[in-house]
Amino acid sequence: MASFKSTKIPIYPKLGEKVTPDTLYWKNYKAPVQIKEFGAVTSIDFSSLAPHNYAVTASTRIHIYGPFSTEPVKTFTRFKDTAYSGKFRSDGQLLVAGCEDSMVRLFDVSGKVALRVFKGHTKGVHVTDFTSDCYHILTGSDDYTCRLWDIPNSTELTSYKEHTDYIRCGITSKLNRDIFITGSYDHTLRMFDARVEKSVMTMDHSQPVESVLLYPSEGLLVSAGGRYVKVWDLLKGGQPLVSLKNHHKTVTCLSLSSNGQRLLSASLDRHVKIYNTTNYKVVHNFDYAASILSLALAPDDESIVVGMTNGVLSIKHRKSPEEKREMAGKQRMQPVYRIFVKGRNYVPKKDDFLVSKPVKSHLAKYDKQLKKFNISKALDTALESWRRNRKPEITVAVMKELDRRGTLKNALAGRDEQNLSQLLNFLIGNVVDPRFTPVLVTATEMILDIYQAVVGQSSVVDRQLVRLQELVEREVDYQQDLLEVLGMLDTLFAASLPRKEVPCPGSSRSNGLAEGSLGAPGPQLKAA
Amino acid sequence: MVAHAEIRVVHLSGSKINFREPVITNDSRFLLCASGESVKVYSSSSEECVHDLQGHTDLVSGIVRNPSNHLQVYSCSADGTVRLWDFTDGILIKTFIIGYPIYSIYVSENHGGVVFVVVPMANDKSSELFQLVAVHLPLSGDQEVEARELSAVLCDVSPSGAASFGRKGEYIAAVKGLQLEVFFFKKQKSHRFFLKSGNKKGAKNAFTCVSCHPKEDCIATGHEDGKIRLWRNFNQKKEYTYSTLHWHHGAVNTLQFTPEGTNLLSGGIESVLVQWHYTQENQKDFLPRLGGAITHIAVSPDGSLFCTSHSDNKITIIQSCVKVSAIIQGLVKGEGVRTDLTIDPRSKALVLNGKPGHLQFYSLHRDKLLYNLDIVQQEYIHEEGLDQFEVVKAAFDTRGDWLATVEERTQKGSELEINLKLWVYDEQTQSFMLNTTVIAPHEDQITAMCFSPSPETTMLVTISFDGHFKAWLLADHSDTKEGASWSCDFVGGYHHLKPGCCCFSADGSLLAVGFQEVVTVWSPSWELLTTLSQPPGAIRDLCFGRLSCSKYLLGTSTKNQLCCWNLLTCSLEWSTPVDVSLLQADPLSENMAAFCSQSGCSDLFVFKPGEPRPLYSQKALCTGKVQRAVFAPRDQMLESCEEHAQWLNRSQLYFFTQHMDLMTFSTKTEEDRLLASSKRLMVDDSVAVTPFYLLLGKHRQHQEALTNPMAERIQLPQGSIAIKELLYTPAHVLPSASFLCSMFVRSLLISSSSASEEKEPVEEEMESEEEDSEGEAELRDARQDLGGSAAWGPGEELGAPALTKAQERELRRVKHFDHSWLSSVLEC
Repeated sequence: MASFKSTKIPIYPKLGEKVTPDTLYWKNYKAPVQIKEFGAVTSIDFSSLAPHNYAVTASTRIHIYGPFSTEPVKTFTRFKDTAYSGKFRSDGQLLVAGCEDSMVRLFDVSGKVALRVFKGHTKGVHVTDFTSDCYHILTGSDDYTCRLWDIPNSTELTSYKEHTDYIRCGITSKLNRDIFITGSYDHTLRMFDARVEKSVMTMDHSQPVESVLLYPSEGLLVSAGGRYVKVWDLLKGGQPLVSLKNHHKTVTCLSLSSNGQRLLSASLDRHVKIYNTTNYKVVHNFDYAASILSLALAPDDESIVVGMTNGVLSIKHRKSPEEKREMAGKQRMQPVYRIFVKGRNYVPKKDDFLVSKPVKSHLAKYDKQLKKFNISKALDTALESWRRNRKPEITVAVMKELDRRGTLKNALAGRDEQNLSQLLNFLIGNVVDPRFTPVLVTATEMILDIYQAVVGQSSVVDRQLVRLQELVEREVDYQQDLLEVLGMLDTLFAASLPRKEVPCPGSSRSNGLAEGSLGAPGPQLKAA
Repeated sequence: MVAHAEIRVVHLSGSKINFREPVITNDSRFLLCASGESVKVYSSSSEECVHDLQGHTDLVSGIVRNPSNHLQVYSCSADGTVRLWDFTDGILIKTFIIGYPIYSIYVSENHGGVVFVVVPMANDKSSELFQLVAVHLPLSGDQEVEARELSAVLCDVSPSGAASFGRKGEYIAAVKGLQLEVFFFKKQKSHRFFLKSGNKKGAKNAFTCVSCHPKEDCIATGHEDGKIRLWRNFNQKKEYTYSTLHWHHGAVNTLQFTPEGTNLLSGGIESVLVQWHYTQENQKDFLPRLGGAITHIAVSPDGSLFCTSHSDNKITIIQSCVKVSAIIQGLVKGEGVRTDLTIDPRSKALVLNGKPGHLQFYSLHRDKLLYNLDIVQQEYIHEEGLDQFEVVKAAFDTRGDWLATVEERTQKGSELEINLKLWVYDEQTQSFMLNTTVIAPHEDQITAMCFSPSPETTMLVTISFDGHFKAWLLADHSDTKEGASWSCDFVGGYHHLKPGCCCFSADGSLLAVGFQEVVTVWSPSWELLTTLSQPPGAIRDLCFGRLSCSKYLLGTSTKNQLCCWNLLTCSLEWSTPVDVSLLQADPLSENMAAFCSQSGCSDLFVFKPGEPRPLYSQKALCTGKVQRAVFAPRDQMLESCEEHAQWLNRSQLYFFTQHMDLMTFSTKTEEDRLLASSKRLMVDDSVAVTPFYLLLGKHRQHQEALTNPMAERIQLPQGSIAIKELLYTPAHVLPSASFLCSMFVRSLLISSSSASEEKEPVEEEMESEEEDSEGEAELRDARQDLGGSAAWGPGEELGAPALTKAQERELRRVKHFDHSWLSSVLEC
């Protein structure tokens, strides 16, 4: 004797992105804190020192924020013109910044006045950085030159004039004090060695370079310019490794997550994309309100700071594990579950004698009614308001089951005004849902058949019927539009496919091309 | 004698076991049921088949217990004989020749020496009228007796199961149509009661079944409209009364009183066993969801066991209406095999659609249903005229890890519902688990599907009447929480033609899809490589050659063409005008089997695509078209050296005829082996043959054999001179130990002189077989001469052999049978 088989509630596939460990990791941030700056935020730099303050360069100021403060802990305002590229030294004591007025200023983090002012550039300085030995400063300027300065003497050590356009990005090696790389609007990346007169390596990005980044191992270089992010293998003499085109506007900023496993790129298209650095696939995506100019990650990815063209600084902090635990704890406190689980998770010991008890299968309410062939009651239970609203798939599954049993018409018949309007409400809400349409269209037709004699007796029902009619008409128009678009796409794809003659010795017919899968809508799929 | 490899077409058992009411023996230990041409004895506790009582030459149409001997049963058959069997030993005791085809049999304790059988009214078989006759069984010592003493009891009865003996055998009640007829033996008079053909509510009053109360004068009748009527006071023609019980919504198929008459059991299409309390008629118990529609109910004489036969070829044994204790399931054939026959690569079981919404796994070697896999997973509603989901396609991948099934439901006036389901084999539960369900994978019926045999990818291709073929890939989402699931990878088509068949090459590097007249060949990267066509006629079947013939692609078309294309040159290699209804490739060799239908008969050709002459051909295999066929790999390879039987060495060919009979080809060597093994398996018959019993029983026998002769033989080895010599001779003069070992061991063995006597009858039997097969060999030689000249092509007909196959078989069976009987008598 087989047991009653309960109604199968289909599990519909979740549309949209799949839940991967990456999405879980990158979604585990709190709602962003937004701070309004005076102008476009051009640069953000984290201090490597313990509290991990970060310098935000916007307009003519540089603000230093603490990790959790929304007010700046320190402000540098002694700039005559727009400041650029505020950078901390690796010990976190000194801060250097370029300026549109061609001067480079060096500040003590605790002081207010510039310790040193380096003069020599003839145009605005957009790039500044400390070398790894902490005694030199690299600068790149719109006068096409990049220079090295000595901090103690405040003198210019060398100047390279190889770029033929503005230098807008540069980075110094963290392993070698003499090596640095600059990127310019002349589409090139150049690697310099301070001990040598000329550049030692040149790479062609073929777009104005906006940002460069070195991997911690410094074997790979990442450059961003135009819509492309390119990765170069420095150990192979600057051979291009990958070219990524995932943004649809200029990529402005690059960053690595703290363990070097993920690469982040920010762009004027208001997106931050996160790549897996092993296969360079996009694993996650952040959206922001405005075009992004600067991006930085705190050590250990504790926070993501993004600066935008409209002067808004957005800071996202990682959720702390305590909070998570708190939320989980709340769920565990529910007494129902405790009672339910009581004694069930007992694991029998070795010598225990196990008395097996027949497992009683619990049937849902509607299944109990279906088992007894109470079809109207089964439909009533399935139409209970919470089930109807929260889990329409159950209601639809019961309707489908009734239809399979050939008794849907009987179950739908004989309802009073209130019941009928409930039913019609449900239909209006779900009949155009592609998951439910096949079943609900049958049900709708049956209802119209059954109740056509009483149309006009109730204003409520009549109004709902009119609404239903409008809804269906709208849906039909919509589907027609979609089909037209599909037809257009098919034509386009067919035209774009290369025509190829197929050898056909055995066939007397002329051969056509294979029709691609491109136009066909994918069937509904569900994982069991 | 040289062992000749004669190929015969054998009827594989797996026939209906629900044809007639089963019989439970007095001690409730065995259950007997008619199964094709034999009677099967099942153990009611272990569900195993203990005996197969063979002897009838036509369909067995009834079994009853011998009322005077509880160890014997009568069986009747359409071959016109009633046979008396001893079912515990599986011995035929007597054969009574009646001379007319018998449709059912009834006995009563109060009518000793008489059986009541239903035979056609006129002598010819085609007659629609049947009569119930009493046959006086002559008391004679002969094994075969002609029983000519017939006396008609009732005329115009229904041929099956619609008669019942009343209290103490005083009367017999029979129903047919709208009439109940009661015949009183004492008065030699019959009363007839009629019902109106239909009441106002359209109720159908026709009788379907009848059962008489064993203790009281009460007759219960079942009706088409689900009513049960209890007739009383029927010995008066006028003042009879009846009361009505109504629960069934469909026709009442069967009724049975329990032996004490306290309960009445009824069953119908609802598959619910209803137990009515005889004294309180409004009280009833139910046993629901037993499977298919209930066709027969039988009760054991002590009333402790019930058994119900179901329309899905199943017998359920129920312990006093509370618990199902055993299920005997035969091969479910239903209305037709919708799925192709497939072989499960793991269990080597034949897989086809079974009971509604299920796939059945049928072990061909053990002739037993292994299990049913619920595909549809929905409550089956037993109602006539309801559109149900049916499993229409099933396919396994090469390793048996994945199973794909297609179920569909056609509905009047609404669209087709199709689900594609993919099942993964779960090692822990040893069964298939649902992995992915694709709702509406195609817009129209799926005509074929196959898995790619290449080991790198797990890919399924489905083709459908909507003009597309789709490739489904297993996408591994190891980075997400949900496991691997299937998704559509490619949709292809060709000029909006309807595809009819598809086939992967053996290595999975090519996919051929037949679009009506055109065969398209696709690469794994979904490029259309080439098209082949041989108009006119749409492509019906496609098959890639294997192993050395893998460069060939074979196709059959509706316009009686069998074509072979060479894939290297993309040209037609050869073609021949035959109407091939079915083309099957042997997965283990290059061989192909083509079933051709010709003038109402089916012929078989087995050939290699690369060779011009067929390896084997058999004309007039069976009447009608061969519906389905499959090559099943053998457990052990056969060592047949005969050229025309070599194609059966690795795998065996099974096929379904038009009448849904499962047939196969067997060779002589194989039959010999089977015979030998069946002799080896002779065990104590009173105990059901379970694998456990075989193990333990053998062990016990062995032990017994060891303990008994121990006393007289224990001193034997020590006394032997060889041992003494061995023990007393200095080691350095002895030959090497390896040389002595075998002799030493042999000296310890028990001499076989005592066992030789027991062997004698067996040897005798072997001899008779050899004679038998010699006779056959001559026959076959004659046929070979004829068959040798039969070239590849139609037109040439085989000369009819001197004896038909059936006759041959009959001859052989009679010989075997006689002998075993004689030997059993000798033993007594």
